[in-house]
Amino acid sequence: MDLEYSAEHEAFREEVRTFLKGWPLIGDEANLPKEEQEQIFRKRGIDAGYVYRSVPKQYGGSEQPQDAIKDQIVIKEFYAANAPRDLLSQGAGLLVPTLLEFGTEEQKERYVPPALTGEQNWCQGYSEPGSGSDLASLQCQARLEGDEWVINGQKIWTSSAQRAQMMFGLFRTEPDAKKHEGISYLLIPMDTPGVEVRPLREMGGGYEFNEVFFTDARIPAGNIVAARGQGWQVSRATLVHERNLIGNPNMMNEALADLIALARERTLNGRPAITDPGIRRRIAEIEGYVETSRLSNMRQFTAANRGEMIKAMRPMMMNKVFSTDAMQLIMKCAYDLLGGDGVIAPTDADNEGWGQRDSTASGWVLRYIFSMGPAIAGGASNIQLNIIGERGYGLPRDMRPPK
Amino acid sequence: MDFGLSEEQEMLQETVRGFAQNECPTTRLRELFDEGNGHDPALWQALAEMGVAGLTVPEEQGGAGMEFLDLALVAEVLGEFALPSPFIGHSLAIQGILLAGSEAQCASLLPALASGELIASIALQESDVVWAPSDWTAKFEGDRLSGTKTYVSHAKVADRLLVGVQGGEFVWVDTKAEGVEIEDLGAIDRTQPMSRVTFTGAQAIKLEGGPGTASGLLDAAAALLAADAFGAASKLIDLDVAYSLEREQFGQPIAQFQSIKHTIARLGLDIEPARALYWYAAHALDHLPAEASRAASIAKAHITDRAMNAARESVELHGGYGFTWECEVQMWFKRIMVDRAIYGTPDEHRDRSAALGGY
Ligand SMILES: Cc1cc2nc3c(=O)[nH]c(=O)nc-3n(C[C@H](O)[C@H](O)[C@H](O)COP(=O)(O)OP(=O)(O)OC[C@H]3O[C@@H](n4cnc5c(N)ncnc54)[C@H](O)[C@@H]3O)c2cc1C
Repeated sequence: MDLEYSAEHEAFREEVRTFLKGWPLIGDEANLPKEEQEQIFRKRGIDAGYVYRSVPKQYGGSEQPQDAIKDQIVIKEFYAANAPRDLLSQGAGLLVPTLLEFGTEEQKERYVPPALTGEQNWCQGYSEPGSGSDLASLQCQARLEGDEWVINGQKIWTSSAQRAQMMFGLFRTEPDAKKHEGISYLLIPMDTPGVEVRPLREMGGGYEFNEVFFTDARIPAGNIVAARGQGWQVSRATLVHERNLIGNPNMMNEALADLIALARERTLNGRPAITDPGIRRRIAEIEGYVETSRLSNMRQFTAANRGEMIKAMRPMMMNKVFSTDAMQLIMKCAYDLLGGDGVIAPTDADNEGWGQRDSTASGWVLRYIFSMGPAIAGGASNIQLNIIGERGYGLPRDMRPPK
Repeated sequence: MDFGLSEEQEMLQETVRGFAQNECPTTRLRELFDEGNGHDPALWQALAEMGVAGLTVPEEQGGAGMEFLDLALVAEVLGEFALPSPFIGHSLAIQGILLAGSEAQCASLLPALASGELIASIALQESDVVWAPSDWTAKFEGDRLSGTKTYVSHAKVADRLLVGVQGGEFVWVDTKAEGVEIEDLGAIDRTQPMSRVTFTGAQAIKLEGGPGTASGLLDAAAALLAADAFGAASKLIDLDVAYSLEREQFGQPIAQFQSIKHTIARLGLDIEPARALYWYAAHALDHLPAEASRAASIAKAHITDRAMNAARESVELHGGYGFTWECEVQMWFKRIMVDRAIYGTPDEHRDRSAALGGY
């Protein structure tokens, strides 16, 4: 056990820090629109070898030799500098790793680069009205007619579909095959005639997720990843990436820091809430979870770095529920600190973009509401608990109706 | 940057685990539990021969020269087997000498402890709520010790006691000395007998390190108890898994009921990731002095709290059998009660970690 960086990694960290002096941009560049600034800096990060380190150069990444410690240094330093790095979007975070693993050469060349830069936005078309946790029961149908897939049916809860140029999704292409074997992974341009996006209003008041309807929507036959009927396996790989994305300890550290700041600002029994013994103990208890998460992640990271991930399988499969629950503890405490201000509705500005750090009372109300999301999205907590019980502790599977 | 165990550390745990499996299986544990001495001279002797009695004592004083983390790793395994031994008190007495003893004192006191020839324990706590060094009232004047200490583990089998006195200092006393009276308190965990020890002018020697070393010992105690509780709670989860697969109701193993499966998954979520918490607390005691107190308090509060919850759930999972003296769950349940209750409850350690965390 040694928590110091080696001389090589210490030097690397210095290099990264020097590079990060270039953010925020200065001079004329500082007057460009925010998104353009981010693109410029992200491009520099790729050229310098810090951004998209595991993506091959030919597809727009920086293709660095595998070094989990350097990865971690980059994440930490970029995070601290609040500088643009790898996008955590559905495209860059979920589609790209899937295409790199299963896509054809042409698909990789065509879709990976714009997904990395964010020039092309993707949405994830998995859930349907009748198929959520039991995703493999999905019914939205794609039929091959000549050299086109003809799609009919509906997707739901599709996040940011209104801003997406493309969807990756699961469709039933082999109606006669067994449940899991009749599904294919398709890539759909959202401007295809017959694709209609209808916004859904969330409980927080915003409109980030949608219904997507397909009526005889036709896409080229080649817009399939892996073979017909293999969509389920392909999607399992994507879900692994999704769970990694959700178990990010930085988010939790930040939320705890925000909570402590809030407790300093708010008043309880006529004095700063942070001096209240009950609140102090509650925050300290939450800190126990946050520290557990930080250190458990360090342990997993070391296991990965040593090529011994097998030794950290249990804590790894626990990340999602653990961070969901810990985040909820933080938000419940924050909500109590708001007192009467907890009746104020989130504004449109609060709602712009999910999971933003917003220290107004209504912003906290929204964060309180939004902390419910991870318990449902990307595999509901009950399903995660099944996985932990079954794969982590060898307990029998639930009884399921015959197929 | 590496936050994992070395091969030697994994081997250390495996060696102690293998030993405990052979020498202290549940049947033997049960006998020792019912005897209530918390001590089996043969078991202790064998542990001492493996080097466990003096793990952190420098080699030139007859010890294994290992780190505090190694000690915590052994504590985890002993907690896993609820192994009755004076290990925790003995190890902490050694830590106290390492912290506060002069070079000459270390050289004269440590060898007999490292070999296991002498058994030691610590006497710090003075009442249900008085455990912090700033509150100690025991007096040392001339070469005489007076005062009362309570919840002293294994006092009756110990040859020597490390006693905390006014001003946050330590003295070293022979339990057979005149003016030392040991009164059994009837401990809930029969693997850890508890006594009240009254000193009336007992002859003692003062460790020369001076004030300020005491809080380091409390950090060590917190980290070791956290490791012990972690091991005990992990064992309970194993027992839960085994029982839920074996016990049938409504024509199926109860593990098949999702509420049982989810209960076990939740206990796993509470305990397994927290392994890293005690590792870090122990590592900080070795290498990150600025972090050590806060890390120890967080580990003690969080792990013993969650472990106690796991113990309660484990009783429930075992049904009526879980409520019996016969069911093995109670032995770990009680071990965790002690880990949680002494040297600061979760609330007290949370107050401490909040203050140390700068809020
Ligand atoms: C904020 C947010 C964003 C989302 N974004 C997307 C997206 O971009 N793309 C997309 O495809 N989907 C998205 N989803 C959908 C999400 O993946 C599903 O909501 C989720 O998989 C659960 O499915 P469901 O809503 O049908 O609930 P159900 O599956 O009907 O579950 C209802 C309840 O029953 C429980 N339950 C179900 N099965 C079991 C079981 N076997 N054992 C025990 N309990 C069970 C669940 O835990 C839950 O509590 C999003 C959801 C949210 C909340």
